[in-house]
Amino acid sequence: MSKTETRANGKMRPPVGQSVPRLDARDKVTGAAQFADDLQFGPGLLHARIARSPHPHALIKRIDVSRARALPGVKAVVTGEQTPGYIGLYLQDRHIFCRDRVRYVGDPVAGVAAVDEETAEKAIELIEVEYEPLPAVFDPVAGARPDAPLLHPDLGQYEVASFIFPRPGTNISNHFKIRRGDTEAAWGQCATIVERQYRVPHIQHVPIEPHVAVAKWDEQDRITLWASSQSPFAQRNLIAKALHLSQSQLQVIAPYVGGGFGSKAGVSMEALAVVIAGAVKGRPVKLRLTREEEFFTTFVRQGLVAHFKLGCDREGRLLAMENTYYWDAGAYTEYGVNMTRAGGYSGTGPYDVPNVKVDSLCVYTNHPVGGPMRGFGMPEMHSGLEQAIDDLAHAVGLDPVQFRRLNCIRGGDTVATGMTMHPTGLPECIDRAAEAINWGVKAPPSAPNKRRGKGLAIMWKAPAMPPNAGSSARVAFNEDGTVTVALGGQEIGQGAFTVRAQMAAAALGVPYDWVRVAGPIDTNYSPYEWQTVASRLTWSMGNAVKAAALDARRQVLEMVARAWKESPDDLDIVDGQVVSYKTEESRSLKDIVIYGLPNPDGDGWIGGPVLGRGNFMPTYVTGLDPETGQGPRAVVHYTTGAQAVEIEVDLETGKVEVLRGVSAFDVGRAINPDMVKAQMEGGLVQGISTALFEGLKLKDGRVQNPSFVDYRIATAADAPAHIESIIVEVPQDDGPWGARGIGEHSMVPTIPAIANALYDAVGIRLDAPPFTAEKVYLAMQAAGIAQ
Amino acid sequence: MSLHRITLTINGVHERVDVPSNMTLLQMLREKLALTGTKNGCAAGECGACTVLWNGEAVNSCMVLAVECDGGEVVTVEGLAHDHQLDPIQQALLDAGGVQCGFCTPGVLISARALLDRNPRPAEAEIRDALVGNLCRCTGYQRIIEAVQAAAQADAPARA
Repeated sequence: MSKTETRANGKMRPPVGQSVPRLDARDKVTGAAQFADDLQFGPGLLHARIARSPHPHALIKRIDVSRARALPGVKAVVTGEQTPGYIGLYLQDRHIFCRDRVRYVGDPVAGVAAVDEETAEKAIELIEVEYEPLPAVFDPVAGARPDAPLLHPDLGQYEVASFIFPRPGTNISNHFKIRRGDTEAAWGQCATIVERQYRVPHIQHVPIEPHVAVAKWDEQDRITLWASSQSPFAQRNLIAKALHLSQSQLQVIAPYVGGGFGSKAGVSMEALAVVIAGAVKGRPVKLRLTREEEFFTTFVRQGLVAHFKLGCDREGRLLAMENTYYWDAGAYTEYGVNMTRAGGYSGTGPYDVPNVKVDSLCVYTNHPVGGPMRGFGMPEMHSGLEQAIDDLAHAVGLDPVQFRRLNCIRGGDTVATGMTMHPTGLPECIDRAAEAINWGVKAPPSAPNKRRGKGLAIMWKAPAMPPNAGSSARVAFNEDGTVTVALGGQEIGQGAFTVRAQMAAAALGVPYDWVRVAGPIDTNYSPYEWQTVASRLTWSMGNAVKAAALDARRQVLEMVARAWKESPDDLDIVDGQVVSYKTEESRSLKDIVIYGLPNPDGDGWIGGPVLGRGNFMPTYVTGLDPETGQGPRAVVHYTTGAQAVEIEVDLETGKVEVLRGVSAFDVGRAINPDMVKAQMEGGLVQGISTALFEGLKLKDGRVQNPSFVDYRIATAADAPAHIESIIVEVPQDDGPWGARGIGEHSMVPTIPAIANALYDAVGIRLDAPPFTAEKVYLAMQAAGIAQ
Repeated sequence: MSLHRITLTINGVHERVDVPSNMTLLQMLREKLALTGTKNGCAAGECGACTVLWNGEAVNSCMVLAVECDGGEVVTVEGLAHDHQLDPIQQALLDAGGVQCGFCTPGVLISARALLDRNPRPAEAEIRDALVGNLCRCTGYQRIIEAVQAAAQADAPARA
């Protein structure tokens, strides 16, 4: 490796490690930032609405759209007749519009484009659909039984990723197993065993920006889709496949996203707009979901029924774990099958356990479609597990923090899938979170009718993705010497553009404010990126951007070396100037990166516009044995961490207030420490919201609370008065500057941390979140402690 | 539906707009005037993303009919900055790192501006109370609250 590469690779060069302001902040505080709904399409724009199934499970016997078609102002009506193909990310199990069967309340059966929304809505009401209701499945445990009504008789024919294992003839679309050691023998050696059942309800991401998609076809079947999207490339790929088109016929343009949290990953409603637009070529068609639709017609977070059995020896060493996860994955599990897999391979939590049996089952139910949400199965899985760990610690007579110090996964340990754990700062995260919350010291309550408690929980999460999910980037210069980074990963609020600009600046040797990020993401111009999910961008896209910047840097230095008749090793780029350490000559980048330099050996020129390219794809992830879940390397890496909270419980009302929240996560290396902390804060409060308030109330498959009035999320009044975020840095060997992701992790341990604090405060455990005042009060009343 | 011609001041500019009687202020801003800084998050008065100042009061513009604004004065997020100079609350939110996805930001800024206009030195509880109708799913609110406190400080010399 040359000296210049060492300089750029090795130590942290500014502005990496600095809390520079966000690239997009000024546009966002002035109202200039454009989101999908803000784009202007002129008077030709048509508006779409969707006719949806009122039944959780039924056969479609007849659809008559003639009255809708006849309504003045209606330009197109489409049904499943137009969508014979299947769509899905990991398992192609759905049609864009239903054809013969509906599987949840809200399943799309027809779409209308009209001159305005009102007309489209009227037309929807004129569509006649005759249904034959079928028996439905509303519980994943019952749904997994052999005698349950079958939702997908064609499961065996669906196209499926190689690492997903459906069970045709059942409602189980994936069964992930770990068999390690001998749990049956181990139970006999345990001094203490704890068994717990735990449920986690469905919740919704509720980004403040609802889903918006605008689609347009031209006469040559070239399609443009403008969408609020975390996944422009995945959408291009999956929609093209489903419509039997070439991917290059589809152009997806994705401006800023007003919150995603997973709901705008993969494909959900975008394909509906594309199909409707296909029936009215030449006209842009906009589909904008209402807030009500947002709650149950896009992805929801899957429900979970979990059973835990764990045991330890007299000293408190974990000997065995037997965990079963039934995921209430909804009507289509095209994405959910991989949450099940992630919940399976990470199903022991961040612990060193010699004997493990895990079964993680993805079960079709007639509920809304489960999809990715911040944490990808981990918040649900850790919710019950981290309470059971506390119970086991108490049962064996150990402090829960001490128990976790003793048993947590460390670098060099073998994780349950057989992979060797990389270096991790989890023990440090536990210590620092415990210290910051003043663990073991109980403060007096603020009033006689209140009780205080503290709780702590730990977590791990790996990016869940195909083994070969890739990233790519380009770095180009402008005439003024500024740098434009082109990339395909999306800015969804997490700060992806800002951190990538920092990386490009550091790798090139230019000031941060010289770097621009080319947006909006556009599949025709932006380099390929798999999806903006899995907390993988800082690591994966970061590697691609860094490689592209180093490539550009190499081109510049080689050109200058030739012109100056020096070795590139004696040259550097510092603050946008090429400098020679040998001759102390210097030249601004702007003079040379477009126009090159005069030929030192005669007439003419050398060089030319500099264009750096870079890509990254992990090459080392291996498959796992379908029966044992064993393999050399299940995942790319794990981000680990801990959260601790102090709460106060009102004995008269049951209200739980989080007074203090502490997060400590090992992010490898913080490229922008302030924005890392912002992710930890936001995740903590989102976690608090899911712990105390959130749950979709499902009755016979129907969501009872699809509004912000009935589905409450945390407000400014609910955020803790004291939040502390601690950055731990144990570098990732293949991360840019050692970085790994943090976006999702910060809401993973929050539910169990609060549940453990509730137990500490009043000695009660609830069987499911949310811990509403009503539920807490009734549990306290049953325990004889309510006032 | 019959159209009504209304006149009003938006961000200091006199506007004359023809609106149907059922058109909301939010629709008028976004669809008639292309002032898209004001966001539509629920169209039901629940999320606060569409908050604007109407005659000095913070209101959900999705809950106000455009015709009601005849003769009135409206300020949107686009009207907060003057001559490239950010309003102190915009600068404070930017400095505090209180912006992530940015979709709730316009409404948050307007609610905060309205609070500081009527209460230049709000207590923390008053700030939380003033923002309770502005849902944010990204930030966890802490930095937004800190920004309002900082903006109150920044406003102070101008008012002295």
